[in-house]
Amino acid sequence: MAVSLTHLPRILERHGDALLADWIREQLQAKSRTGAIKEGELREQCAEFLRLLREATAKGGTSDVSRPEFEPLRELLANVSRSRGVQGFSPSETAKFVFSFKRPLFMRLREELGRDAVALADETWAVTELLDELGLLTTETYQKTREAVIARQQEEMLELSTPVVKLWDGILALPMIGTLDSNRTQVVMETLLEKIVETGSEVAIIDITGVPTVDTLVAQHLMKTVAAARLMGAECIISGIRPAIAQTIVHLAIDLGNVITKANLADAFKTALDKRGMAQVPGR
Amino acid sequence: MDRIPILRMGEFLLVTIQVDMHDQLALTLQDDLTAQITRTGARGVLIDISSLDVVDSFIGRMLGSIASMARLMNAETVVVGMQPSVAITLVELGLTLHGIRTALDVEKGMALLRASAAGRRRA
Repeated sequence: MAVSLTHLPRILERHGDALLADWIREQLQAKSRTGAIKEGELREQCAEFLRLLREATAKGGTSDVSRPEFEPLRELLANVSRSRGVQGFSPSETAKFVFSFKRPLFMRLREELGRDAVALADETWAVTELLDELGLLTTETYQKTREAVIARQQEEMLELSTPVVKLWDGILALPMIGTLDSNRTQVVMETLLEKIVETGSEVAIIDITGVPTVDTLVAQHLMKTVAAARLMGAECIISGIRPAIAQTIVHLAIDLGNVITKANLADAFKTALDKRGMAQVPGR
Repeated sequence: MDRIPILRMGEFLLVTIQVDMHDQLALTLQDDLTAQITRTGARGVLIDISSLDVVDSFIGRMLGSIASMARLMNAETVVVGMQPSVAITLVELGLTLHGIRTALDVEKGMALLRASAAGRRRA
């Protein structure tokens, strides 16, 4: 095996430029979204890949890409697939960056070793294994990049969806939007309670107009929030109970206890003002 | 042995918990407070727990039983200044302290006590 390993760096050395040209042509032909990446950038990435591959294989052989000699090459691939993941390439398009190198390389191998069938087979196998490993590496990094994007978006949504607004002196409103799960309720509860302390508000209106469904779990979460606010000395009003939700609550026999509920935010606000002892100008 | 001071303010008693509550301290407070209510004929008890960061189920239950005891002795209990983390813990423990009145700070708690005392006098 050790003998056949010496061929790859030599071939890369001798045919470097031709390989590069073939490889780039291959990619430009295959790619459906040629416009997405500039040819100059592609050429740069490919040339860098060839150079690092030559260095790595000359020192570290072709059998194991986790060797320290392959470190710079792995880094380059990680960078390439990361940037492509962010640019919106599909996973197969990203992996093709490596796989499209096979055809030009195998053509050179055949030219070089065509007369020695055993050596050609050995070398082809070794190179295939190496490139497959590298290809998998790009896919893995691509996946990780996408997962990071998703995680960040989830976090942003969590932050976005729980604003606590001050409506009046001593009155807070919490417009809830989207499905409530335990994770979100926890965040909602914490922000609401902290805001109650911060502003010294005695009344908090939880508006669930934007909550698509209310089941027993959601109701339980709401009750917990109301109970916690009450323990701190603030009263909660739940508003935005749509007809469908009112029906569900009754059908599920959910006991909302002695929580004040209102059909819309305006009514809840009026009740809150009454509680604060503020008279409104009637009939406006 | 350390005790939690109980201050008298007119017809109300003021308890400010400023140290970490441990079980013995809570029991002593319960004894002292009930004794004080009888002695002073207090109409209301205000417990300020704004510097309490940690609660366990025992302390939570103790707050509830103090309120029940006080009510039996014709005094109303208001718990003021509960921290968000404490409120969340109590709710998760299932202790919603039914029957206890709460307020955001001492001032609002006092207003609450005064209002209810005035209401009772009128009745």
